[in-house]
Amino acid sequence: MKRIMGEKEIARAIEQISEEVLRGNSGRDLAVIGIYTRGAYLAQRIAQYLERKEGRKPEIGFLDITLYRDDLSDLSPQPILRKTEIDFEVRGKRIVLVDDVLFTGRTVRSALDAISDFGRAEKIELAVLVDRGLRELPISPTYVGTYISTSLQERIEVRLKEVDGVEEVVLIKKGEEWKAEVGKEKTC
Amino acid sequence: MESRGWQRKDLLGLEELSKKEIEIILENARSFKEISEREIKKVPTLRGKTVGLLFFEPSTRTKLSFELSAKRLSADTLSFSSASSSIVKGESLLDTIKNIEAMRVDLVVIRSSSSGAVFQIAQQVSMGVINAGDGCHEHPTQGLLDLFTIYQKKGRIEGLKVCIVGDIAHSRVARSDIYGLKKLNAEVVVCGPATLIPSQIEKLGVRVSYSLEEALKDADVLNILRIQKERGVDCQIPSWREYRQQFGITRERLKRARKDILIMHPGPINRGVEIDSEIADLSSSILEQVNNGLAVRMAIIYLLANR
Repeated sequence: MKRIMGEKEIARAIEQISEEVLRGNSGRDLAVIGIYTRGAYLAQRIAQYLERKEGRKPEIGFLDITLYRDDLSDLSPQPILRKTEIDFEVRGKRIVLVDDVLFTGRTVRSALDAISDFGRAEKIELAVLVDRGLRELPISPTYVGTYISTSLQERIEVRLKEVDGVEEVVLIKKGEEWKAEVGKEKTC
Repeated sequence: MESRGWQRKDLLGLEELSKKEIEIILENARSFKEISEREIKKVPTLRGKTVGLLFFEPSTRTKLSFELSAKRLSADTLSFSSASSSIVKGESLLDTIKNIEAMRVDLVVIRSSSSGAVFQIAQQVSMGVINAGDGCHEHPTQGLLDLFTIYQKKGRIEGLKVCIVGDIAHSRVARSDIYGLKKLNAEVVVCGPATLIPSQIEKLGVRVSYSLEEALKDADVLNILRIQKERGVDCQIPSWREYRQQFGITRERLKRARKDILIMHPGPINRGVEIDSEIADLSSSILEQVNNGLAVRMAIIYLLANR
């Protein structure tokens, strides 16, 4: 297991993404939409930063893309759906879609479909904390916290204090997971 | 997170569901409710799946609700009613269903007037089966939407006192409600004329009361059942007028009940018999139950079709 980002790096990445969002969209009708689970928390952090900087809170929304996936039957048994909360008019908005990790691009494709069902946005941008490459669809992020090159045998895990109690991004090799779990038990 | 684990092929009744399974359905329904509030009330998740709606007994609400639920999930629906089918030529229920399965339908919703028929069918087909009411046995989706409505209105189910009034003997809704409510640790009182309360109903963990005044005391929820003419109930009560005098829900009666009592009825209602119009129209959650029915049925179709 390799640690790629710690608390400081994550905070810096959020700040940098937010600054870039501001630069491109200053004064625009902006909305931030996070993809459950961890994208939602990152979206909140970005929205808070924008509010502090601009004095105006952007609209914020949360998206569960489960119902838009094309590989649902491979994911059984299916998880409980989260409630999609987009309580503002999407039409005409500049939207920053936020997720923790960009990988195949399939989640983002689903999210784009979902957002279109709410209305025609003026523009949709994509912000991710980690871009790990290996795209299976022609999708590219607008804002990236960090880029790392990975293989299919590896997994990236973003852990945030709201859900996981810690702030870190780790890379786990296949087979290593088990050892990591055992290690955890020993130290407890 | 305790979020995984729907394994069942069929939804036949609440008797066989665990507390956890009921909670999975209710939790998902909460999310599905939002979809019907959108401008585009449709998600693509069940594109390419087919849901058969086989109603061997009349229905308005349940059939429309299932059809709309399937459509909002992008499934195709196949509709059937016994009057215009080969049932009148003498084809058996099971043969009809086997033929529908041969058309590669993924899920069938069945209503039948025979208690237990849907269970038998489910054992003999590999597609998923949803019980939309079988005789006097169970009506699980109504039971679940009642639970969901209580949950949405009261914020909890555990510890609530729920009073079910009317024809308990013939009511599949009452049975599904009782199983569900007991599993979620509510207190249940059933109330009605002695002729319409089955003997030994206490074995389901409910209390029986023959006095509406007494049963309504401290009740958080009141579920009013319909007097079912089609099941010969007319012979078991002296008259509709007398029924109303003893068990009808009127403004007068409710004066002694809690102010925040939640009033439900599965529909269709007999105005002026089991419920007065002014209560039905002004103080009840009947139409909200119908709205919640969509969310609950979307959740169930989604869970079974994606199994």
